[in-house]
Amino acid sequence: MTKKNLIELSGVYKSFGKKEVLKGIDLSIEEGQSVVVIGGSGSGKSVMMKTILGLLKPDTGSIKVNGIETTELNEAHQHEVNKLFGMLFQNGALFDSLTIWENVAFAAIQNNKCSEEEARHIAREALERVGLGPDLLDMTPAALSGGMHKRVGLARAIANRPKILFFDEPTTGLDPIMTDVINHLIRECVQDLGASTLTITHDMSSVRAIADKVAFLYLGKIIWQGALEDMQDSDNAYLTQFVNGDVEGPIFVEGTQ
Amino acid sequence: MNPIAKIGQLTLRFIASVGTLSIFIARSSVAVTRPPYYLRLVLQQMLRIGYFSLPVVALTSFFTGGVLALQIYYGGNEFNSEVIVASIVALGITRELGPVLGGLMVAGRVSSAIAAEIGTMRVTEQIDALTTLSTDPFKYLVAPRVLAAILSMPLLVLLADIIGVMGGFVVSTQLLDFNAPLYVQNTIDFIEFDDVSSGLIKASVFGYIIAIMGCFNGYFSAGGAQGVGRATTNAVVSASILILSANYIMTSLFFSS
Repeated sequence: MTKKNLIELSGVYKSFGKKEVLKGIDLSIEEGQSVVVIGGSGSGKSVMMKTILGLLKPDTGSIKVNGIETTELNEAHQHEVNKLFGMLFQNGALFDSLTIWENVAFAAIQNNKCSEEEARHIAREALERVGLGPDLLDMTPAALSGGMHKRVGLARAIANRPKILFFDEPTTGLDPIMTDVINHLIRECVQDLGASTLTITHDMSSVRAIADKVAFLYLGKIIWQGALEDMQDSDNAYLTQFVNGDVEGPIFVEGTQ
Repeated sequence: MNPIAKIGQLTLRFIASVGTLSIFIARSSVAVTRPPYYLRLVLQQMLRIGYFSLPVVALTSFFTGGVLALQIYYGGNEFNSEVIVASIVALGITRELGPVLGGLMVAGRVSSAIAAEIGTMRVTEQIDALTTLSTDPFKYLVAPRVLAAILSMPLLVLLADIIGVMGGFVVSTQLLDFNAPLYVQNTIDFIEFDDVSSGLIKASVFGYIIAIMGCFNGYFSAGGAQGVGRATTNAVVSASILILSANYIMTSLFFSS
């Protein structure tokens, strides 16, 4: 039985002035599937994710989330669609002026108007899922290390039990052990919640740990997509160079050719 | 570059900025007038904008009142100075110097702080995080600051008026040997409701300018720490220039008849 597509992008183009960043993206994410988009810096990964989240409007093309075309939505409807999402930002993007419990339970406080007691309970539960104790609840983000930031950011992303989770470079800037911890947490959270995920990264250890499906973005186009198992044996020279981290190959690397 | 092309480019950039600012003002007006309202955030901002600006505005006002009394005394007619000093200090402070100097001091203190805070939130993706958590940044960040500034500036200027007149009183009675009850009587005789109310209306408009310029420059800041620094400077400069030009327009409207 084929699963329903939760996210479907077709022919998505986005330019900034004369610079074309996305040049016709076609990508789909099935229910419960973990899709990882890989690609070098400046390949358009972040812009692609922002168009799905409604933070940027594509110039042309279609983006469907849970069957709803989102490219023409007004802000109020986009906020409704965003209730399906949870997002872990590259640097956590925790709100400096709020405590950890207010950060983690932010959506519940703002959207569901829950009481402080309920919000604290939600925050405690979400923190527990990412292996953090309740002693953090009343701290501010400034008191946390980089790894903790990511974990609290992950707790905030999953606190509302979203259907679709987005991860923007979830392991960038972390040591190898913390990278492994975050990868495991992502995998566990996704399995527990039964959520679909879209991750953008250039960390191949993350790709191998969390991906069901991999898409390779190069100069604004997805030039290869397939199952994780097929990635290593692919005959796509660009993908092979990227996966193996070779300097030699068809990918143009500034300052080397 | 061809100077005509340069002028054309600058003109286009200026028109684009005016357009962006107009859209920003329209969106913030909608955010201020439509629910949800964040009352707690409005009160928090009133404390920051109004209460914490009180010492600097009070000192400015006190010394301005004192200097005004000295200048009028030394430069004016000594025979009728007891009447002239009291009346000009009262009118000068309530009509012009209280609101304008108060506005400029708050622009320096608050507009920069708002731009720095929102600008940092922009470059650390906290504003994107708000959107993904289904919260409108205009309602959550801009509207409370605009409302708080519009409400707290008249209160601040009312106090500045009182302290400024007191500055004139202290200098006149302690240094110039004026008769204290006569000075108070002269002040009361010359000051009218319109003098104070026109100053308070000006203060509200200046509050709006201060908050909008801080939010606008912060919201569109880009380019890391340097971008936030630029946004802060632009906020203070643009708020100060707009305060002075708005003051001229309002003075000519209020007192032309």
